[in-house]
Amino acid sequence: MLSGFKLRAAQGGLLAAVFVFWHVMTTPGLVPPFMFDNDRQAAFFFGEPLKILARVWVWFVTEADIYRHLAVTLVETLLAFGIGAVLGLAMGLWLALAPTASAILEPYVKALNSMPRIILAPIFAVWFGLGIGSKVALGVTLVFFIVFFNVYQGVKEVSPVVLANARMLGASNRQLLRHVYLPSATSWVFSSLHTSVGLAFVGAVVGEYLGSSQGVGYLILQAEGTFDINTVMAGILVLTAFALLLDAAVGRIEKRLMKWQPKTGETEKL
Amino acid sequence: MSGATPPALVLDQVSCTFISRDDPGQRYTAVRDVTLAVGAGEFVSVVGPTGCGKSTLLNLAAGLLQPSTGSVHVFGRPLEGLNRRAGYMFQTESLMPWRTALGNVMAGLEFRGDADAKPKAEAWLRRVGLGAFGDRYPHQMSGGMRKRASLAQTLALDPDIILMDEPFSALDIQTRQLMENEVLGLWAEKKKAVLFITHDLDEAIAMSDRVVVLSAGPAAHPIGEFAIDLARPRDVAEVRAHPRFVELHSAIWGVLREEVLKGYAQQLKVA
Repeated sequence: MLSGFKLRAAQGGLLAAVFVFWHVMTTPGLVPPFMFDNDRQAAFFFGEPLKILARVWVWFVTEADIYRHLAVTLVETLLAFGIGAVLGLAMGLWLALAPTASAILEPYVKALNSMPRIILAPIFAVWFGLGIGSKVALGVTLVFFIVFFNVYQGVKEVSPVVLANARMLGASNRQLLRHVYLPSATSWVFSSLHTSVGLAFVGAVVGEYLGSSQGVGYLILQAEGTFDINTVMAGILVLTAFALLLDAAVGRIEKRLMKWQPKTGETEKL
Repeated sequence: MSGATPPALVLDQVSCTFISRDDPGQRYTAVRDVTLAVGAGEFVSVVGPTGCGKSTLLNLAAGLLQPSTGSVHVFGRPLEGLNRRAGYMFQTESLMPWRTALGNVMAGLEFRGDADAKPKAEAWLRRVGLGAFGDRYPHQMSGGMRKRASLAQTLALDPDIILMDEPFSALDIQTRQLMENEVLGLWAEKKKAVLFITHDLDEAIAMSDRVVVLSAGPAAHPIGEFAIDLARPRDVAEVRAHPRFVELHSAIWGVLREEVLKGYAQQLKVA
């Protein structure tokens, strides 16, 4: 294994190499065209890294107009995640603890889950308008099922001994819910946090892409309308970096909240 | 037993039959017609071959299971629902993994709304030798430490009846003897009624006032009862060398041996 610094250097090097390759292949006149009819087509289809980076620079520094759009996308993501997680948690707890309701609703839950929910986006746009609402709604439908299934599983898999022990210690039904089912379920929610935050993000961006007046998805949509491939690529680049940041943040939260879970090879630091 | 003070725990002619959920025709009678009494302050052990329904007896006493026939009485009153006067120490891991050692010991007190839950729990942790490990999560503790935490968790509620289901069977022999002595010490202080389940005859004799031998399952029932007249306080390691211990051991083993073989043969048949 490489040490930390070398590993980072290698990862950075790979990124740089990809950009250099991209640059060489797309800059008009640099290499004779061997796949396209003329030397401008590669740039038209794939964009030019230097122009893309310049675009990002303009967004973040010279005009500084992307922050508004990023903030909108972030708010949509967080709202979608928050609402979806709370609904999924409540529904998961309820169905896991109410066998009759669970048996009745089972086929419907399965049906809703197998439905390609992205297709609901236009309907949500009609229902909730082109503002934040429709994007949050789309994200919620994506997050809800991830959280719901994890909570359901989490409650079902509470160790019967831990449960019996809590009952013998005098826990009432409410206390069982609060001190046994909920912690067990939240641990499953957190283990699915990366997936669900990612999906909330997807919901926000796809919603924006399908119709909106702000957000990073909207920027990409606008650029696509004028065949401005460089701006599209810049938007994708920003989204990717943003998703990575979001994922890192989730990782930190998870580490803090899940410290009771065993990790392999953990030793006490003295 | 005099009429004035009823025994802490009485199982009166209890039977317990389990029905398979998928196939109601499949039934299994774990215990049949078991009558067993534990006096207040008495330490009673139940020994028997593996799979003979010892844990079923404890679950009946705890109120986690309802008997198919017969009844359970706690201090003279018929038991309905959970046995609120009993503490239960389980055989397998029963600590809440999301709570620290202190949090786990506090749990029962917290459920009861005890305002002094924290200092009480801290005192109990110190008593079981975990004073410095209150902030550890169960996965950060050794098996022996987890058992100590379980013990503190159960005893912190000061139950009148303590039910123990092979609590030390997963421990190595040294830790086990330490824990046995600790339990005896704590028991001697408070003199609670204890129903102790084990498959280890040495452990049963060393710790109890009375040893009940259960037959092999299915339909297990008591087939022998022995008063253990060894002087207290005892050291579980030293008492094993006592001539009376050896005598009792061979007497009880004489009854138990056949059942163990029967139980073993049945397990082979199933397999």
